[in-house]
Amino acid sequence: MKRIGLFLTLTASLIAGSAFADEAAEGAIKARQAMMQLFAFNLGVLGEMAKTAVPYDAEIASAHAGNLLVLSKMSQNGLWPQGSDIGSYPDSAALPDIWSKYPDVLEKDKVLDAAAEAMNAAAGTDLASLQGAMKAIGGACGDCHKVYRQKK
Amino acid sequence: MRRFFVLLALIAICGLGVFWFVTRPQTLPNDALAGLTPDVSRGESVFWSAGCASCHAAPDATGEAKLILSGGQSFPSDFGTFIAPNISSDPTEGIGGWSALELANAMTKGVSPDGQHFYPVFPYTSYNKANLQDVVDLHAFMATLPASNAPSQPQDVGFPFNIRRLLGGWKWLFMSDRWVVQSVPSPVEERGRYLVEALGHCGECHTPRNVLGAMERDRWLAGGPIPGGKGSFPNLTPGALTWSQEDLAYYFETGFTPDFDSAGGHMALVIENLAKATPEDRAAIAAYLQIVPSVK
Repeated sequence: MKRIGLFLTLTASLIAGSAFADEAAEGAIKARQAMMQLFAFNLGVLGEMAKTAVPYDAEIASAHAGNLLVLSKMSQNGLWPQGSDIGSYPDSAALPDIWSKYPDVLEKDKVLDAAAEAMNAAAGTDLASLQGAMKAIGGACGDCHKVYRQKK
Repeated sequence: MRRFFVLLALIAICGLGVFWFVTRPQTLPNDALAGLTPDVSRGESVFWSAGCASCHAAPDATGEAKLILSGGQSFPSDFGTFIAPNISSDPTEGIGGWSALELANAMTKGVSPDGQHFYPVFPYTSYNKANLQDVVDLHAFMATLPASNAPSQPQDVGFPFNIRRLLGGWKWLFMSDRWVVQSVPSPVEERGRYLVEALGHCGECHTPRNVLGAMERDRWLAGGPIPGGKGSFPNLTPGALTWSQEDLAYYFETGFTPDFDSAGGHMALVIENLAKATPEDRAAIAAYLQIVPSVK
């Protein structure tokens, strides 16, 4: 009887444990997608200026470039738990290569950091500088997305 | 009875003759490039417009390494897996030994220097609309690129698709040098048509294919499933793509969509090429996409 009790407890804790792990992964997926959304939102303000769809404003541009810089420096700790990929989670667009080629991901992340630094320096200068810096950020986004993301 | 067999044999011989005639590799006349002088710097812009490096650079190559056209990327399909060959300037493993005419035959006729049909994974059904001047310029530019002695990998294609002679019949059925969009309102759309339908070979991914793998030209750029993968290539016709011309041109320059998401997958490679194009060429492609027949 005691053994049955132990067995049930163990099983229950395993199930609870895996459910907990799933929730953690789902939370992380939501959080990193929110981070990407914040990138897109701030890039949008700068990009509309770069496209000359809205007038250039040095102060606003600097503010949003500053946001990008903060985002690029944000700690990614816990955002990418092992296994939280497109194969296991329908909401994820992350390809499993992110985990198997992790050093390359870090390299590409550094390129984004550099592009965000450059944008932070350029955005308040003038429109031409901002337009130039957009290209490097777009390249950095695409460099990672072309190998590590699969959209539905 | 004997007459019957003679007749049967004659019909069979005639049939073989027709097959042999239809499927023979056809090439340009020997003097097709006469009078054309190469321009290396124009050749560089042809190189990026034609997207050679996107498929022929080594897998995952970036930056300067994209100019080493050692091949090796694989392309799964319903017919087998194709592996991009070495087209670097190496005279034995690459194509450094090819004349400009041999390159022109490869790109516009789909025929190799030893007289074999190439598989249409090499987009000669688009490149066949390229100006021969562009091919001559491209040939000169490619000779300046680094050599790689990496041997080309054999194509992983099963029977009956491994019989290359049959590709002659495929070309006879499906290869057309007519523009899909017949009338263009101005030189801008005309340039865009050249970049999209010929050099850029956009239709090779963005146009759905029939059971024999040929582009369905009456559903031009209407999108379709990604062979051997998940997801689909998007529909680029006005029936589905509602981005403004400015948004399209900006996407080609930076990879940013109107929502400031970024291009991914193979399209990110295409953007790397388009980013090197002139603003006029990017605007021309955007203008052309507005006049493509709408498919829902």
